[in-house]
Amino acid sequence: MENFTPVSAAMGGLMIGLSAIILLALLGQVAGISGIITGLLRAKPGDSLWRALFLGGLIAGTFIYTLVSRNETPINLNPFALSEVAHLAMLISAGLLIGFGSYIGSGCTSGHGICGLARFSIRSISATLTFMLTAVLTVLVVRLVIGAEH
Amino acid sequence: MRGLFAFLSGSLFGLGLTVSGMINPVKVIGFLDISGAWDPSLIFVIGGAFAVTSVAFQFVLQRPGPIMGGSFQLPSTRNIDHRLILGSAIFGVGWGLGGLCPGPAIASLAFLDGQTVAFVASMVIGSFAGRYVLSKKTVDTRSANKP
Repeated sequence: MENFTPVSAAMGGLMIGLSAIILLALLGQVAGISGIITGLLRAKPGDSLWRALFLGGLIAGTFIYTLVSRNETPINLNPFALSEVAHLAMLISAGLLIGFGSYIGSGCTSGHGICGLARFSIRSISATLTFMLTAVLTVLVVRLVIGAEH
Repeated sequence: MRGLFAFLSGSLFGLGLTVSGMINPVKVIGFLDISGAWDPSLIFVIGGAFAVTSVAFQFVLQRPGPIMGGSFQLPSTRNIDHRLILGSAIFGVGWGLGGLCPGPAIASLAFLDGQTVAFVASMVIGSFAGRYVLSKKTVDTRSANKP
């Protein structure tokens, strides 16, 4: 467990929680990223600006933090260390499944896993347990196919 | 003003994703991978968020409406249906394959990496596909209910 970082994880979690509280208390909106994106694509008049600015803030917050803390480990989008082509195919399949699944299931990690749990929503608890389970099983299968962690 | 606070809220979210390490797919896969050296950090992210939201949401939702006007836009569905479980199951498979979910994917656009752009684009196409499938289904049930 040398990669275990409970303090920074909990601090980041606190910030995500505060962000969700601000959005709900001030604007009355749920901080579910997949919902914010699909709502933006639907482009209802008067409902787009806050969505675009929230997503812009999401990128800006990440950008600024990465600029300020230069000693951060850069992100690695290829966690299974696949070949370039296999990795791109995996990324695109993952993206399609994520977009499709979160639309059908009305939410993602943030909408169900952060905001839904905070409202003690039975639907969100069920959704979170379901995607956690299938995600763990998927990683197990991938590991079986490509071999264990080096 | 609404826009300003939406931007601030988004920035704080992005900051949280980066500070917690959840923006990094390796970290997420480290949590989801129970076959190797398991990294339980993600539980602390959800726990840290839950510690504040579970209390604050109760107070906020007792108000007649949001501070800046309008009404609370909360999901109205209450029951657990096939849609919810099937959609979440598919979502989980995608999450396990890439280690990226929608929040970190959008946030990672900050790194101006072609791969993240490809991921976000396929995510958008996937949600359009979901919308198409659902609209088909609604039409089907409607016509089936006709006498």
